Amino acid sequence: MVLLGERKRKDLSLYFLQLTRLLVVYPWTQRFFDNFGNLSSASAIMGNPKVKDHGKKVLTSLGEAIKNMDDLKGTFAHLSELHCDRLHVDPENFKLLGNELVIVLAKYFGKEFTPQVQAAWQKMVAGVAIALAHKYH
Amino acid sequence: MALSATDRALVRALWKKLGNNVGVYTTEALERTFLVFPSTKSYFPHLDLSPGSAQVKAHGQKVADALTLAVDHLDDLPGALSALSDLHARKLRVDLPPLSPQLLCHCLLVTLARHFPGDFSPAMQASLDKFLSHVISALASKYR
Repeated sequence: MVLLGERKRKDLSLYFLQLTRLLVVYPWTQRFFDNFGNLSSASAIMGNPKVKDHGKKVLTSLGEAIKNMDDLKGTFAHLSELHCDRLHVDPENFKLLGNELVIVLAKYFGKEFTPQVQAAWQKMVAGVAIALAHKYH
Repeated sequence: MALSATDRALVRALWKKLGNNVGVYTTEALERTFLVFPSTKSYFPHLDLSPGSAQVKAHGQKVADALTLAVDHLDDLPGALSALSDLHARKLRVDLPPLSPQLLCHCLLVTLARHFPGDFSPAMQASLDKFLSHVISALASKYR
């Protein structure tokens, strides 16, 4: 997790792309975003302002996670309840999103995204996925 | 989830770009898989899995050759990969998805995204992901 400390100083503004890419690469995930308007093609999704805004929300939550790595379950308690009770999202989707973030990081960091850095991030996204699923019943 | 004409075109185009270096990327994908998901090392007790190992490189080349064979036979993946399916099912007994094979596929996507960021659009990723899913299905076809 020491490597994550280095990561958090980087500009995370591009990483909302993880959500937009998720909707393109795994199109069945679009079912959670019926009221987002036009999701009919990759370009429609990539240009959709609601998707972009939502991606930024997801990113902000991840920023909170990085600041609270020792208490992910506490940090995500409210969001976990929301995703279970109101949104009814299958927790498997959190793993898909986590892996998508890792791929986006690889794309944008290139040479710096060594296997060791990937390992740290995979642990992080796995922790977030577990925390998000924690309040499910 | 059949491979569309677009999927095939994108995968073939990328493979053409990789040329003779597919082994370089599959080797990196294997190294990542072993580091990030250590349980996968359990399938290779007979190999030296330390970073830079010549044996991992040799195995990476085997994976590369199999994937290239798959790209050349997109119309009949189960047929083309039949012998490999037998091997993985009967002799190696590698777990079926979503376990180990998908971990290697994920690390291959990470490796390709890292080395070819300009090519790695969402559409390319989707097509590659579909192709690799088909390869895994073809490998699973002889399991039982």
